[in-house]
Amino acid sequence: MSVDLSIKFAGIKFENPFTLAASPCTDNAEMVARAFDAGWAAAVLKTTSVEEEVVELVYPMMAGLDFEDKKVIGLQNIDLISERHIDQVEKDVRELKKAYPGKVVGASIMGQKKEHWQTLVRRLEAAGVDFIECSFSCPHGMPERGMGSTIGQDSELTERTARWVKEAAARVPISIKVTPLVADLPHIAHAVQKSGADAITAINTVKCLIGVDIDNFVPYPVVGGKSSYGGYSGAAVKPISLRCVAEIAKAVDMPISATGGITTWRDAVEFLLCGARNLQVCTAAMKHGFRIIEDLTDGLSVYLEDKGMSSVEELVGLALPNIVEHSHLSREYKPVSKINLETCVKCDVCYIACRDGGHQAITLDEKRLPHVDEEKCVGCAMCAGVCPVFECIQMAPR
Amino acid sequence: MAGRQTPDTLDMPTRVSTMEEVDRGLKPHLALAEAGRCIFCHDAPCVKGCPVGVDIPGFIRRISQRNMVGAARLIRQANPFGAVCARVCPSEAQCEKGCTSAGLSEPVAIACLQRYAMDQEMARGIRPVAAAEPTGRKVAVIGGGPAGLACSLALASAGEAVTVYDSSPEPGGVMRYGIPSYRLPREVLNQEIDWILSAGVRFVPNTVVGRDVAMADLLREYDAVFIGAGLGEPAVPHIPGADAAGVISAYAFLRAAGEPDEDVRRQAVGEVVAQPLGRVVVLGGGNVAVDAACTALRLGAESVAIAYRRTRGEMPAWAEEVEFAEEEGVNLVFLLSPAEVLQADGKARGVRMTKMRLADDDASGRPRPVPSGEPDVTIEADTVVLAFGQAPNESVFSSLPSLARSDAGMIAVDAETGATSVAGVFAGGDAVNGGTTVVQAVGEGLRTAEGIRAYLDSATPARN
Repeated sequence: MSVDLSIKFAGIKFENPFTLAASPCTDNAEMVARAFDAGWAAAVLKTTSVEEEVVELVYPMMAGLDFEDKKVIGLQNIDLISERHIDQVEKDVRELKKAYPGKVVGASIMGQKKEHWQTLVRRLEAAGVDFIECSFSCPHGMPERGMGSTIGQDSELTERTARWVKEAAARVPISIKVTPLVADLPHIAHAVQKSGADAITAINTVKCLIGVDIDNFVPYPVVGGKSSYGGYSGAAVKPISLRCVAEIAKAVDMPISATGGITTWRDAVEFLLCGARNLQVCTAAMKHGFRIIEDLTDGLSVYLEDKGMSSVEELVGLALPNIVEHSHLSREYKPVSKINLETCVKCDVCYIACRDGGHQAITLDEKRLPHVDEEKCVGCAMCAGVCPVFECIQMAPR
Repeated sequence: MAGRQTPDTLDMPTRVSTMEEVDRGLKPHLALAEAGRCIFCHDAPCVKGCPVGVDIPGFIRRISQRNMVGAARLIRQANPFGAVCARVCPSEAQCEKGCTSAGLSEPVAIACLQRYAMDQEMARGIRPVAAAEPTGRKVAVIGGGPAGLACSLALASAGEAVTVYDSSPEPGGVMRYGIPSYRLPREVLNQEIDWILSAGVRFVPNTVVGRDVAMADLLREYDAVFIGAGLGEPAVPHIPGADAAGVISAYAFLRAAGEPDEDVRRQAVGEVVAQPLGRVVVLGGGNVAVDAACTALRLGAESVAIAYRRTRGEMPAWAEEVEFAEEEGVNLVFLLSPAEVLQADGKARGVRMTKMRLADDDASGRPRPVPSGEPDVTIEADTVVLAFGQAPNESVFSSLPSLARSDAGMIAVDAETGATSVAGVFAGGDAVNGGTTVVQAVGEGLRTAEGIRAYLDSATPARN
């Protein structure tokens, strides 16, 4: 059975849901052309601004979070918007639309005032862009100048700025890129909806401090002996962005482009299930290259085939009814830990986790095999989480 | 970085009491851990080391993302015998040889990962080949081994009508009649072959071209012919006394031992060599010698020795296979060349061996063994297995006398297209390369299928 990976987002047909996010990956037409050749359906060009906007970058601007032997499970950047202003981005858009009429070319913009936002929209529209994303959400550098997440953290500023943009747009859909750094994201989503914008992109990076050089007492990345807070991205932020997408999807009926830690086809499926219709990737592509698109599309195709589904569309939002308020979760459901002693390797990390972080329900016999006292086990599942053996501990209904 | 993961294997001594596969594969969590060792380096030397160019980083990445079916399909795109080759490829000398991870610790266990992906795919069934629009053209394939079957699949999936003629009752060639089942289980082989035949390839068993059908008839009836007939009868140097009962070629021995059913196997082996095997000596130093030695152990030999005329360093057998044999208890003796098979009542009782020393390099670049002048020694043996390699397949040349030979006496072909000196006749595999690996034969079969299609397009336009 052949599966259809194409899906519509904000009225535009994408050949698959995978889009390169506004980032260093999309800072010139040559890079985007290679990404299109590799199989990406779309790209959002790196955030641009009017010519008079001064963009001065600092270096180094990237610092990875390594965990044990895995490199860059998370990434901090203190990059800013593109040094390439609207005049150059217009050219990129024209060039790419001419060479790749079937691909979707988006642009990301940021402005200081109404006039900037509207100029950017008009010029990009004239250049033939397919959609425009507005960054109301960069957590570092820009907020100091009243831009970035300063807008996205205030529902009134969000709605007003989005209206300006929408006013200027004759044809292209507008997506507002939101920040997770708010107490009430649905409230912000409602403001976006009221503005008349067409879609929401969620989320921008999470403000962070990725680590400190403990010999020299300077956080990373070290820029001439100092550092600054930055934006956190990559696999480590996926649980946060997934939550944000689900919250928005449950709050407003708007198309959502998800971004934030999408690394594998499984992540892609999860975001679709939580209501996204478009999936943006940056950090994973920065780490492994544009070629990861093959894993993403192949994995998604095989998954759909296995599920007997013929299109991506069928997945959108399927998990949403299964996310409820905590108070609505069943108090009657009482699982219990079941340990398969055939495959147990007697490491007893389940015993330690239960003893020091649970309910002292696991005991060890003289052979060091763990046994669950079902009277004491509350079914918290910490033991199953720490067990290193494939499917050795399962949580079963009582 | 974590060290290389290893698959489970059957323990000694259980392992030598059965023809069951020794390698039991990687456990799921170890497969994921091993896939995690791939750096996804830019250069991918592994792909360059693979004779069929499997997208190795691509399939490993799919494994690490738990897309096992996607991994297997990616492998199968480049290699129709992906499951066979995962088991029989000398991966340490091919893909794994250049692995970038070796710069950090050890090479990624690529063959084990390929095996893992293929096992997952086979458990759910191989996706059938998509039917192609028939071109109306016909191709005869002589020999249903790895080259012939790979070529057949590539042709059939492009809509050519393929008929395979094979001298044996079952398809598979060296994979079925040469490689022991403890290295390559017949269920694995059968599943890949059935999948290839189901693409519309017709198999004609027990048919020798030149004996049962005339080459001239094939050339007349078909639009092109592919010769993948493998090698011919073993090259047996004249050894006095080699007519004794208990002396057998490794080729015949492995063929009989390849019978999957235990009772049939016992009978087949009994037909070619005296039973019980008793003390066995294998003469030779290649992979076939090693396979014969390890097979003899499994068939109840009292003891097994391999006697080779050079030293360990010159053995053509892969180091990994030699170590495997030693683990199982095969005794290796070096610098001995057979002078005479000693007989008692027409039955072998041992081999008188001339002691050798290494002299200057010969044409093959290996030191030449010459008699050392020391007195001969006797190795006592009830069964003597001759594993001196195979010769060119003479039946092919006699059936088509105009077929040009290479310097090595094999079929001469154009390296790119596989075209022989006879128009419309192509060749690949051992019959051309003199006997290398299954994967090399597969690669030649696939490449030659392209050559055949290009020839057909120019010589015989599609009929519909």
